[in-house]
Amino acid sequence: MPKRDDLKKIMIIGSGPIIISQACEFDYSGTQAIKALKEEGIQVVLINSNPATIMTDPEMADRTYVEPITPEYVVEVLRAERPDAILPTLGGQTALNTALMVARTGILEELGIEMIGATPAVIEKAESRELFRAAMANIGLKVPESAICHTIAEVLAAARRIGYPLVVRPAFTLGGTGGGVAYNREDLEAIASAGLAASLTNEVMIEQSVLGWKEFELEVMRDRKDNVVIICSIENLDPMGVHTGDSITVAPAQTLTDREYQVMRDAAIAIMREIGVETGGSNVQFAINPADGEMVVVEMNPRVSRSSALASKATGFPIAKMAAKLAIGYTLDELPNDITKETMASFEPTIDYCVVKVPRWAFEKFPGAQDVLTTSMKSVGETMAIGRTFKEALQKGLRGLEIGRAGLIGDGKDPDPASLTPDLLREKLRTPNSLRIFWVAQAMRAGMSDQEIFDLTWIDPWFLANIRQLVDFQAELSTCRAWGELVDPLTSLDEGLLRRAKQWGFSDRQLAAALGCDELAVRRRREKLGIRHTYKLVDTCAAEFEAYTPYFYGTYETEDECRAGERRKVMILGGGPNRIGQGIEFDYCCVHASLALRELGIESIMVNSNPETVSTDYDTSDKLYFEPLTFEDVLNIIASEKPEGIIVQFGGQTPLNLAVPLYKAGAPILGTSPDAIDRAEDRDRFRDLLKKLGLRQPANATATSVDQAVAIAEKIGYPVVVRPSYVLGGRAMEIVYDQAALMHYMATAVQASPDHPILIDKFLEDAIEVDVDAVADGQSCVVAGIMEHIEQAGVHSGDSACVLPPHTLTPDMIDEIRSATHALAFELGVKGLMNIQFAVKDNLLYILEVNPRASRTAPFVSKATGIPWAKVATKVMVGHSLKDQGILAEARPGHISVKEAVFPFVRFPGVDPVLGPEMRSTGEVMGIDSNLGLAFAKSQIAAGQVLPTSGTVFISVKDQDKPAVAPVARKFHRLGLDIVATTGTHAALTAQGIPSRLVQKVSQGRPHVVDAMKNGEVQLVINTAEGKDPQSDAYQIRRAALERGLPYITTIAAAKATVDAVEALLKSDHLSVTPLQDYYRG
Amino acid sequence: MTRRALLALEDGTTFPCFAFAGDGEVAAEVCFNTAMTGYQEVLTDPSYKGQMVVMTYPLIGNYGTNPEDVESAAVQVSAFLVKEYQPLPSNFRSTQSLKEYLEAAGVLGVEGLDTRALTRHLRIKGAMKGVLSTRDLDPASLTAKAQRSPGLVGVDLVKEVTCQAAYRWIGGRIDRQVDLAGDPEAIWAGGQGRWRVVALDCGIKYNILRRLEARDMKVLVVPAFTTAAAIARLNPDGVFLSNGPGDPAAVTYVVETVRDLLGVKPIFGICLGHQMLGQALGGKTFKLKFGHRGANQPVMDLITTKVEITSQNHGFCVDAATIPDPDVVMTHLNLNDRTLEGLSHKKIPLFCVQYHPEASPGPHDADYLFDRFVKMMTTGQPPAAA
Repeated sequence: MPKRDDLKKIMIIGSGPIIISQACEFDYSGTQAIKALKEEGIQVVLINSNPATIMTDPEMADRTYVEPITPEYVVEVLRAERPDAILPTLGGQTALNTALMVARTGILEELGIEMIGATPAVIEKAESRELFRAAMANIGLKVPESAICHTIAEVLAAARRIGYPLVVRPAFTLGGTGGGVAYNREDLEAIASAGLAASLTNEVMIEQSVLGWKEFELEVMRDRKDNVVIICSIENLDPMGVHTGDSITVAPAQTLTDREYQVMRDAAIAIMREIGVETGGSNVQFAINPADGEMVVVEMNPRVSRSSALASKATGFPIAKMAAKLAIGYTLDELPNDITKETMASFEPTIDYCVVKVPRWAFEKFPGAQDVLTTSMKSVGETMAIGRTFKEALQKGLRGLEIGRAGLIGDGKDPDPASLTPDLLREKLRTPNSLRIFWVAQAMRAGMSDQEIFDLTWIDPWFLANIRQLVDFQAELSTCRAWGELVDPLTSLDEGLLRRAKQWGFSDRQLAAALGCDELAVRRRREKLGIRHTYKLVDTCAAEFEAYTPYFYGTYETEDECRAGERRKVMILGGGPNRIGQGIEFDYCCVHASLALRELGIESIMVNSNPETVSTDYDTSDKLYFEPLTFEDVLNIIASEKPEGIIVQFGGQTPLNLAVPLYKAGAPILGTSPDAIDRAEDRDRFRDLLKKLGLRQPANATATSVDQAVAIAEKIGYPVVVRPSYVLGGRAMEIVYDQAALMHYMATAVQASPDHPILIDKFLEDAIEVDVDAVADGQSCVVAGIMEHIEQAGVHSGDSACVLPPHTLTPDMIDEIRSATHALAFELGVKGLMNIQFAVKDNLLYILEVNPRASRTAPFVSKATGIPWAKVATKVMVGHSLKDQGILAEARPGHISVKEAVFPFVRFPGVDPVLGPEMRSTGEVMGIDSNLGLAFAKSQIAAGQVLPTSGTVFISVKDQDKPAVAPVARKFHRLGLDIVATTGTHAALTAQGIPSRLVQKVSQGRPHVVDAMKNGEVQLVINTAEGKDPQSDAYQIRRAALERGLPYITTIAAAKATVDAVEALLKSDHLSVTPLQDYYRG
Repeated sequence: MTRRALLALEDGTTFPCFAFAGDGEVAAEVCFNTAMTGYQEVLTDPSYKGQMVVMTYPLIGNYGTNPEDVESAAVQVSAFLVKEYQPLPSNFRSTQSLKEYLEAAGVLGVEGLDTRALTRHLRIKGAMKGVLSTRDLDPASLTAKAQRSPGLVGVDLVKEVTCQAAYRWIGGRIDRQVDLAGDPEAIWAGGQGRWRVVALDCGIKYNILRRLEARDMKVLVVPAFTTAAAIARLNPDGVFLSNGPGDPAAVTYVVETVRDLLGVKPIFGICLGHQMLGQALGGKTFKLKFGHRGANQPVMDLITTKVEITSQNHGFCVDAATIPDPDVVMTHLNLNDRTLEGLSHKKIPLFCVQYHPEASPGPHDADYLFDRFVKMMTTGQPPAAA
């Protein structure tokens, strides 16, 4: 069955901002799908509010709407574009839910638009617990005993029938938000009420616990001729009870016999048919009782998912691309397998390696959040590793995690054996947590038996056996050291032992720690013994056919399949696992670097370990090395490929940290020199640099003791910003207003010492913060974009909303910013991108920070201006001047672009959702329109803030903000919104003649403002009062707003922008939607 | 302590490795299997007689072995080669580790070689003879032995795996041996099932017998050298031709039996059974470069045009072009290399497939073929006629 010829124009819904459980895997799948459809001559319309995606690049889709993904905006786009069909299965749960809501409006029938990939009926059948249960019963499959509840009373009744422990799963939420395991009635009430609130349909399922059962996933594809294939099986190392996104997972399944696997395969196929997924990919999850093999179906997702992205990277089979082709009518037997070329897609990949995925968490960013893993996903990123043994893949995965560990054990980071008490170990094993895998190894080291570890963790004995091999081997290595102390520790390490160490994934750093020598000495020793890394291909077929796609992983085998050619080639180091502060924005830049190189006919070699990304798609670059971004692993690739240059500017901090060691090892670093990077990062050198250029920075100094810190703060004057010098990304950064707060910070947050100085900067209160991205080539420098923050300085730049072009800066100030940018670019000899953070206070310009590399804002600026700046910078790095590229002047777009951040607070009960100098957002959205009000409104709506155009605004501001809030309140009043205010604010507003109702503070007794919020009597909260104490009004209001999903504003600047946005929404008679392509046409 | 071992191929390529089970020296054809599960079924499949098997999936032994997942009464492979043996199995059905299982069968198991390199070598250079040894670690000497070994071409291996006496398969196991010269009714006595089927055993996999029995068939398994007349005397409703090892061209006596049975009884053949039918219909077989062995081979049923993912294990193939009979219909096609995977006839009630609908190991997609056999026995008509 060839493709349908009635589909000429298709709309794809993206997944919006990066949030926990919905990350760049949907950019990967959406990008593949757009390419796949365009290849077929189909016109593609895209809606996605996330500017940091490759899919929203103007040359991807034909019509790219960077607009909020809400049913209202989707309907507007449908009316404007009249596509033949809408494809909702590539943008995660967001796209699926939005499409379902759009379908319910009746617009699809009205305009004659078909939903392809998954129909509304299919989505409901898969997503509604009740319908799904009934469907499984139809085909004779078991699901855990459960009840669907809509009220707490129903929940408690069901619990009496099923018994504890129970799993609470809300319907229609992402990544199990609001779900959890309840061991008693108290737990249950807490979890179920949160779950009911989180569910779009106000529905939760109370389910028999299959805690501790083995968990498996199958990735399934079906075409319209009912051909069904399994792309990949995945086994979770962490058994049931830990969300699969938070589990270490392994592909393929390891502990199923063929008989059991085939039962599961048959079940997955039956489920596809019963649910009625006509075309495309789905994910089916199973639990198996380890004692007797009893199998239950956990859930199925009728769409591509994080797991399907993982399965694609693990096997080389492009699930999303195929899903798109199947959706337009092709069948699997008509589609070629890109990797082998000669075979077709209608087969099941088989692999000859082991894949391990390890999640990465960010608990340290959320003080108050417990490091406990449950059925609600909390990880912010993941890394994948490929090895010829499970042991090798696991250790590669752990070092690829970039949490400072060089492997599972013996890297010098193990806890002191004396501290490993049985109680501690049992506690760390029994309750799943982000470091449990390391604790398993430590428990073995401390002598705990596999049986006891199994009883505590239910981790399958096969995994435990493999981990024990590593632990025992580590002990053997330590004996080498004991022997070696008599001679040279390295010589006691014979070839057999060293080879085994490498085949089991031990890094040179681990070996160095075990032997008491340095990493390079180990490297020299193994090179001398002829133990060299080799590369193998990921080819979908275990070498049965020749593979053409150069997708490699490193291992220690005898045959090397690396095909280093003689072409000009440049290597790009990616960003590794996503984390807060280093995510899709950097992957976007890496992808652009690769595209730019390919445009110039230079071979692009990508190195990355993040399976969610576009950069690790096998056809993004000429070659892909799926490897951890460590010094050793990267040096190995350099040794094999010998590239003419290495780009470290684009992947964020990860590659930047490798720049100096690689440079010292003789690797050719492209672009801005490592020395210039150091000049910008080293405090003293930076101060000298600014002095030389006559630029201003806030008063600052470095303290190595508490006394010194106090003295410096006195001299500079409070408030001051304090932070340790040895961490990045705003970690442990705080603004302190007085000596008491400083002392508290010094006592709790950091330990100042001569090795670990504390940096103290004058904090510029109420300053306007400005971000500038620029490109320079040594001869000239062009400003890419000047972004004015909406929040005042003090909020991390990644967490604040910003506007391009600046909306309040004077032309003179903009000129000053521009010349400061040029001066810095020339002085540092920047070749490529740079980012500068400025602050403007009392019409004086201060330099806060200079980063001679790609910044988080590079994709936003590119989208706002229509110029792919990362590509431009890449071409500069390989010798094409800005002039040659025709980039002569700053772009001056006629439209307004607003970037807004998106936060994961709702995932972390008990965490204070206040913004500060430490970055905590996971993603961003963009609003574009012809005026600031509408652009800001769109950014808020896209970020999930429902801006009210009627109803009530709650206002409570601190004294110094009272004069400034009056115009805001007056405007709300004029726009017809009611105002409620607490005593002081109420008095201030009354004095200005602005009507408002008085509401009690929490501390004043009930009913108070939080009661009003919970009763739905408040639609917008403006609260600039500070207060970190959980008992304070400010804290309680913040948390209540978060839980009720109310827009919550903490600064006057944002309040002003918000009231303008509300006004703009009220003034416009319909939602305006415009594709990027039209904006750029001007 | 594991013992060092060496694999030498006839072209002089050698792979040092370590024995994890057994010791000794064995000569056989070296072939690779790409299935990621099902090693115990592979080990006990009689079609592997005369071959040593390399698993492309690197971790083997994970779930141990059990008394149920067997395809014959013995380990059939000459030797077993893996990347990394897993000494501590985990599965609720496991009763014995793979090492113990192989050692009990006296079969050499080795690990620690670059199995992907070996697989690529066989893919590029084609199937090869090899010698694996723990005794002779000299590459030159072992290579010479490999070159001198007989190999598979032209060798009848069926005679080594076929049963010596006929038996009834009842309730999922061998029930009793029977004398084919005896009273047919006595032979068919016992067991449930509407259809009487004679299965000609060229090395039959137990799961074929299990699938036949599950489809309401009484199964009588007879030795490969049983004549057409002896089979006809039993008056079965259908005849099944089994899988089996080696070069199909060397098994002329079975081809003759099949030729004599054409049109007499409905015939269903699998694997070697398909090759026997192909030759009985006048076709020729040829050796594939490196064979199809795995659980992911796509086959199109040309009647329905649906694709099934199939379990395969064959090194030889029927050349469709050599079959002179214009009534022979190609029913199944391998989508990877477009080779013939199934035949039927417009007039004679017969059909056969090159692959393994009984799976084990592998997907169950082609299980419908057993229904097709029942239908053929019911109507007496070949499937292609419908």
